[in-house]
Amino acid sequence: MSETKATRAAYGEYLVELGAKNDKIVVLDADLASATQTGKFRAAYPDRFFNMGIAEGSMIDAAAGLSAVGLIPFASTFAIFGTGRAYEEIRNGIAYPGFNVKLAFTHSGISVGEDGGSHQAIEDIALMRVIPGMTIIVPCDANETRKAMDAALEINGPVYIRLSRLATTVLEEREFKLGKANVLRDGDDVALICCGLTVEKCLEAAEDLKEKGISAAVINMHTIKPFDEETVRKYAGKCKKIITVEEHSVIGGLGDAVASAICGMSGFTFKKLGVQDMFGQSGKPAELFKEYGIDTESIVKAAL
Amino acid sequence: MGITELQKLCTRVRKDILTETHAAGSGHPGGSLSAVEIMVALYFEKMKIDPKNPKDENRDRFVLSKGHAAPVLYAVLAERGFFDVAELPRLRKLHSFLQGHPDEKKCPGVDVSTGSLGQGVSIATGMAMGLKLQNNPAEVYALCGDGEMQEGLVWEAAQAAAHYKLDNLTVIIDYNGLQIDGSNKEVMDVRDLGEKYRAFGFDVTEVQDGNDIEQVLKALDTPKKENMPRMILCHTLKGKGVSYMEGQVGWHGKAPNDEEYAKAMAELEV
Repeated sequence: MSETKATRAAYGEYLVELGAKNDKIVVLDADLASATQTGKFRAAYPDRFFNMGIAEGSMIDAAAGLSAVGLIPFASTFAIFGTGRAYEEIRNGIAYPGFNVKLAFTHSGISVGEDGGSHQAIEDIALMRVIPGMTIIVPCDANETRKAMDAALEINGPVYIRLSRLATTVLEEREFKLGKANVLRDGDDVALICCGLTVEKCLEAAEDLKEKGISAAVINMHTIKPFDEETVRKYAGKCKKIITVEEHSVIGGLGDAVASAICGMSGFTFKKLGVQDMFGQSGKPAELFKEYGIDTESIVKAAL
Repeated sequence: MGITELQKLCTRVRKDILTETHAAGSGHPGGSLSAVEIMVALYFEKMKIDPKNPKDENRDRFVLSKGHAAPVLYAVLAERGFFDVAELPRLRKLHSFLQGHPDEKKCPGVDVSTGSLGQGVSIATGMAMGLKLQNNPAEVYALCGDGEMQEGLVWEAAQAAAHYKLDNLTVIIDYNGLQIDGSNKEVMDVRDLGEKYRAFGFDVTEVQDGNDIEQVLKALDTPKKENMPRMILCHTLKGKGVSYMEGQVGWHGKAPNDEEYAKAMAELEV
């Protein structure tokens, strides 16, 4: 039985470690510290933790203000409220001035589960992607989350780290280079391009496909912005089928980033798996992955 | 500076505002003119700042939350020595460091980029939180508009300021009673701002005539209460100093043409 750990859990724990090493790090939350796991930092460094209450815009702008006086804030809430409700605060309060703020939002995608559609962010990557100067990292597991946080701290500017509620498999540890896709598995027939929680599904699908005689590459696009177009084009040149898989709308996220990169190329078919321009709903995460066509079976089917 | 000198400076700043907006062909003269005494009081008498060290860690901070009043901020920064007064006509021009709304990345002396109402005061609140955490005694001043009080974010910032006992934060409201679509009362009544801020936990001082620099200075010099943020409510006249702009809704976001500019400058010459 492999180890499972939610990326939000890895975030909460590692934040305390980072806070011990760098006293400029401060953390903000909007009454969700027990869910986002920033509560761990609060317990360790209560003076450096600011709960702004159920006031996301205020939280984002307070982060901007803290950054303006030389601190390094990590701000957390659910992805829908952070990127949605406080979109303009992120855009005008943080990104436009280029403040060094790390946005670590949890509960992204449909894996939020039972809370339902109002809470399932299926557009957060799209919203952040269109903001100039925003770096976007979607870690696939607990290991990658820590690496993403390290990478985020090396950047002097805004970073969005997309985290999940669900405890997921801790995959084999890999090297992490910001902006450089990880080819987890090479292949010649099909390229499965994924990020976040769909990475595990694509690895499973690739195994299944191998038994069916299909060679599938699995490419982990952990960095959505800046986007590694080179790797994507390499595989579009190599494989007959390009399939993107994301726990996000097929509009404006990973799928469209890939589409932009391979525009003008030919010799392959292209399919975007993800939430097909509809809202999420209540259900168990596994059921929802199947419902929205991003479970392992759906990926295999798309590749056949 | 003596009061007479300060008043002369205010007149000079008013002329600067007209010169900027006239040269730009656009901009916000009304709400810039109403804030002149407040800005001069802050930058020339109250704030610990040094034009030679605009990024000094221990400087007092100022946030123009009503960012559209950029012309008055630029005028005061220029007169204070952050850059040459001769640059003022470059307001809103392509590639200019004098952007339509203050840009911290471009303009010397600007602490925070603003323009989206409600965000400036919210960022100022975060700055005050950070300064307190670092035991930095610097003060933070935020100048807001009255229409701006309609943004919910302003009240989120207020609740946070009281909660975190930010006695290093002063919110100043330029209460000229007018906005774009009419008076505040006509558009969306903001009611009793003093009462609201008191209810939110602020120590409130009211200035009957916010265009009387003596009264403004007196309010700024009132001893602060410990562990409470402060709000100074200034009753002002939109377009103050230019007869045809005073109390007029229409001069919120319109620049004077050549004829109007000449008339205004002549009035201020007296």
